[in-house]
Amino acid sequence: MTLQPLIRKSIVILALLWMAPANAYDYPITDPFLATVVGTPAPLKAPLPENVPFRQDSIRVLERKAPDIFWYDQDLRYSYAAQPGQAPLVFLIAGTGAAHNGSKNLLAARAFYSLGYHVVLLSSPVTANFIVAASASGVPGDASADAADLYLAMQKIRDRLSDKLAITDYSLSGYSLGAFNAAYVSRLDAQKKVFNFRKVMMMNPPVRLYSSISLLDRMLDNIPGGADNFDRFYEQLVNAVGAAYKRAETVRFDEELLFKAFETMRPTNELLAALIGVVFRVSSANMVFTADVVTNFGFIKPANVRVDRFTDTGVYSEVAMRLGFTDYFHAFFYPYQQSLEPGLTRSELIERMSLIAISDYLSNADNVFVIHNGDDLILEPGEIETLKQIFGKRATIFPHGGHMGNMESYDYIDNVLNIMNAPVP
Amino acid sequence: MVAQQNRPVVALALMAAGALSAGCSTAPVVEGEEPEPTVFAADRVLQPGVTYSADVYDPWQGFNRRVYYFNAVVDKHLLLPASNAYKTVTPAPVRRSITNFFDNFLNLNTLLNSVLQLSPKKTVATTGRLVVNSTLGVLGFFDPATRMGIPQELEDFGQTLGRWGVGPGPYLVLPLLGPSSLRDGVGAGVDWYVNNELRSRIFALEPWQEWTWTGIYVLNLRANLGFRYYETGTPFEYRMVRMLYTTKRKLDIER
Repeated sequence: MTLQPLIRKSIVILALLWMAPANAYDYPITDPFLATVVGTPAPLKAPLPENVPFRQDSIRVLERKAPDIFWYDQDLRYSYAAQPGQAPLVFLIAGTGAAHNGSKNLLAARAFYSLGYHVVLLSSPVTANFIVAASASGVPGDASADAADLYLAMQKIRDRLSDKLAITDYSLSGYSLGAFNAAYVSRLDAQKKVFNFRKVMMMNPPVRLYSSISLLDRMLDNIPGGADNFDRFYEQLVNAVGAAYKRAETVRFDEELLFKAFETMRPTNELLAALIGVVFRVSSANMVFTADVVTNFGFIKPANVRVDRFTDTGVYSEVAMRLGFTDYFHAFFYPYQQSLEPGLTRSELIERMSLIAISDYLSNADNVFVIHNGDDLILEPGEIETLKQIFGKRATIFPHGGHMGNMESYDYIDNVLNIMNAPVP
Repeated sequence: MVAQQNRPVVALALMAAGALSAGCSTAPVVEGEEPEPTVFAADRVLQPGVTYSADVYDPWQGFNRRVYYFNAVVDKHLLLPASNAYKTVTPAPVRRSITNFFDNFLNLNTLLNSVLQLSPKKTVATTGRLVVNSTLGVLGFFDPATRMGIPQELEDFGQTLGRWGVGPGPYLVLPLLGPSSLRDGVGAGVDWYVNNELRSRIFALEPWQEWTWTGIYVLNLRANLGFRYYETGTPFEYRMVRMLYTTKRKLDIER
């Protein structure tokens, strides 16, 4: 217990020594699974302001009445932080299933705020709140339609904030699926010219959405014995956390405790993959059930069954947890798209859900930048090369860092901020 | 005095009994003869005999879901605005001191339960904290014990019952207090009584002072909690909270 601060201090000093040579990449975790789960070790975190004045609000985007079970999701929740005087504004779109005030979006917001931006934080278009409050179709996943939904929400929020904030110009950023969304919003804005984004910063986007969701769905196969053994898997995790909790000096149940549990567990890559899979599965379960209720499609809830705010939805929850993004794609999203566009084939739809589909725009958009990791778990082999081809010098690729594992590191943040600071070509 | 203190409990018990006997349903309502087929039906996707971590014993779900909703509404319109106002008018160091004071006072109850659990480790640590913080820490407003490395335990009567083998019983959402179980609900009642007794014996407060105490305690407690109802992002929030609460209590008791 007394040794620990000492060790921590020596790590900081060592880290500082390592950081000395310019342009070196210091993020230490070379295993993409571990990086994705553990993130950035404290000594290597970029220094960011702690006291950003975040405020939360909500806004009516659509006139459609929210289903009773989603009575609290009628309005779209978002957060923002205002600079004291005139400043540029950046919109930040959260990744898959994450809320506007999720930890990664807040992290990005603190970084941009430190550069002098007003920041506006938006939830991912696949969150329940966004689907209910702002998705015109209620069936998220169509890149262009999601971009149109985001674009409308952003304008409404801008209109409300314009009294309070002195805005000089607009930029846009997002991480993971939010970065993918940002690319399509940027393209839409190039046509509609409402914001005329000065910079668009895409952090670790998927390249082909369908290959990313397939990769994520497959991660759940790593649960020993398959998804039906989730209960035992959960029990094991709980026992590991419980063991760390018993040894801990405090009754605080926080991130540090989870790290300690990980240290002693020495998790295998299979376990880490299963964990990542579970996190994304929870997101897909939430999305699927919400879209099903909003559209009354009959995917897992019978179309003639009414659920309200008091209904026990346990069975739907368990069914949704058994289905993946790819089940949603084939048995809900594709039939829905086909009803709008008879003759649309599966492979056409899959090709359409990618950055490659808008590569003509992206390769010529000098204000759009991408930052990524060579070992990101959501990419198929070769997709990093595709990004390099499309973006050329506007792509920054770190050798490792997993999916968002290095996002908090000095190198990552510094690169993002340098790009935002550089004059527009 | 005792009768007066028990009045809210009796009222709550009556409310609970009323709601339970009214049999508030949680079953989905089918419009028509029978449910229409779905793309993925439960009987096709779910294997028989599989147990689910989220399936906590919850025979009073109808009542619980309604109390959960009631709590959320009270939180949104009363507790959150009030605790936000409290945050605005009290500087952070003052709030810290107030938290310290309540933590120190609640350590009396933790000490009592540590003794009842026959845990020398927790008893020694909690006694240490009480002595240090009540003296050097000026009645508990400051927390030198943490700087001296004395661990903070948190034991209540529900945990003590659990320690001696009493199972949680049915899941129970308590009005205003939130997630609990039959065992922990009984425990909370005992804790509440003990804390009241201790408070009146140590501080001998006037009734209005006791109300002020309770008011500040509630505001401070809410200001320190990050949880926001219906903002977890999942339509299955009730189920998720139920699972996490049950797991957390299990770990607390094993600790």
